[in-house]
Amino acid sequence: MRFTPVRAIVLRQLYLLRGGPTRVLSLVIWVAIDIILWGFMTKYLNTVTAAGFDFVPVLLGAVLMWDFFTRVMFGVTMAFFEDVWSRNFLNIFGSPVSINEYLAGLVCSSIITSTIGLLVMLVLSVALFGLSFILYGGLLVPFLMVLFLFGIALGIVGCSFVLRFGPSAEWFVWPIPAILSPFAGVFYPISTMPTWIQWIAHLLPPMYIFEGMRAIITGGTMSLTSLVIGGVLAVIYVLGASLLFTQVYRNAVRTGLIARYSAETVA
Amino acid sequence: MPTLQVSNLHKSYGKTLAVDDLTFSTDPGEIVGLLGPNGAGKTTTINMILGVLEPSAGRIEIERHDLATDRRQALLRTNFAAVYAPLPGNLTVEQNLKFFAMLYGVTAVTSRIDTVLDEFDLVRFRRTKCGVLSSGEQTRACLAKAMLNSPRLLLLDEPTASLDPATAREVRAKIRSVATDLHVSVLWTSHNMYEVEAVCDRVLFLSRGRVLLEGNPKTLPEEHGKTTLEELFIAVAREPLTLEP
Repeated sequence: MRFTPVRAIVLRQLYLLRGGPTRVLSLVIWVAIDIILWGFMTKYLNTVTAAGFDFVPVLLGAVLMWDFFTRVMFGVTMAFFEDVWSRNFLNIFGSPVSINEYLAGLVCSSIITSTIGLLVMLVLSVALFGLSFILYGGLLVPFLMVLFLFGIALGIVGCSFVLRFGPSAEWFVWPIPAILSPFAGVFYPISTMPTWIQWIAHLLPPMYIFEGMRAIITGGTMSLTSLVIGGVLAVIYVLGASLLFTQVYRNAVRTGLIARYSAETVA
Repeated sequence: MPTLQVSNLHKSYGKTLAVDDLTFSTDPGEIVGLLGPNGAGKTTTINMILGVLEPSAGRIEIERHDLATDRRQALLRTNFAAVYAPLPGNLTVEQNLKFFAMLYGVTAVTSRIDTVLDEFDLVRFRRTKCGVLSSGEQTRACLAKAMLNSPRLLLLDEPTASLDPATAREVRAKIRSVATDLHVSVLWTSHNMYEVEAVCDRVLFLSRGRVLLEGNPKTLPEEHGKTTLEELFIAVAREPLTLEP
């Protein structure tokens, strides 16, 4: 893999961010709204519960981590959508760039955009609501890493769908995090859910992270095995998603979809 | 050694045959016109040479690099410009050129960008977003992008379609000099027969995905009992079978 094409795709994203303040605002505004909304919610819950239970790390921490995952996923898809919206496929895929380089460029673009979102969330949640991650210690890094990998995987899956079904399939990408969140046990232990949903939850890497977070907050420890399972699952999803994109791309080259890609021509 | 060697190329979509056993080559410094009515298979052929469309059968080699097995090396030597593939409008001309220069592995990016901006009279649009350029300026920006990597093979799909006559003449002269001076092989599609006659060294008339006629655009009409290339084109489009060799 050559790194210059990867850098090119990242540079293009930086140009777009620099050239359009609305793009920067979109990276910041949604996560800021989420943190402020849930921050006040947790403060309110802290005042109405008698047991002295602190909702801030449980709920606000979960919101922050889930939003990070969401931003990673959208970071990949948004970088891809730039080529969809500007009808740039012929220029991109008619160049010597390989699919691996292209995907790596999308992932690196996402690292930048999701880091901006994460920093905004950290500043707001720590400064306004006193959220602390000290409890998690060094586990915070693998927590974020697993969520990052799963976000990348779902971002690539979203790109594959849009490549296969056309720009009108964009709507499919936006609700994916919302659809997954009930199954991932973001805000409640998976034991709350029916058994069949718990089975689905076990297939989702974020579940292991959020269960682990809750275990640590309530004074317990997180099983290393769970963390490893979550990590391995996330890697498998990334590999599977990359394979899916490659297959969809090859099919698009075989059928001529890439050459005549637009909302009108893709059924 | 031919720059481009296309051998027994086929492309079918189900039962529809878009390109049927196409074989041709282009030499260094040669401008070859790919002509034919709409649906003759010109753009399909260009898309296959660009690697964005997989042939059903056949082989494409660019400076002896097989596109199917050595795509990167083949495409590093190739570039293209087409009216239907404008540069992204939300980036400036310079940003677009830098982006594509990096994709094509161009060394000394800044000086190369300065050169192509100057060659295509785009210096004053350096920091202008491509989306606000006129269609003629956008075409020149596409051509500048196409020259970034000093390609050995240049694919031009109706490159002067949206240019005024004066600019079109300048662009033709530029492409002609690029081909001659730098020994770049050019595959050029156009519906402007005057332009084809003025620029191309050789033309291939496609009809129903096959090469129907091939030859020098200046002598080909007479060889087939026509007075102009346009007349020959119309005859090919209307009654291809009567002209089959």
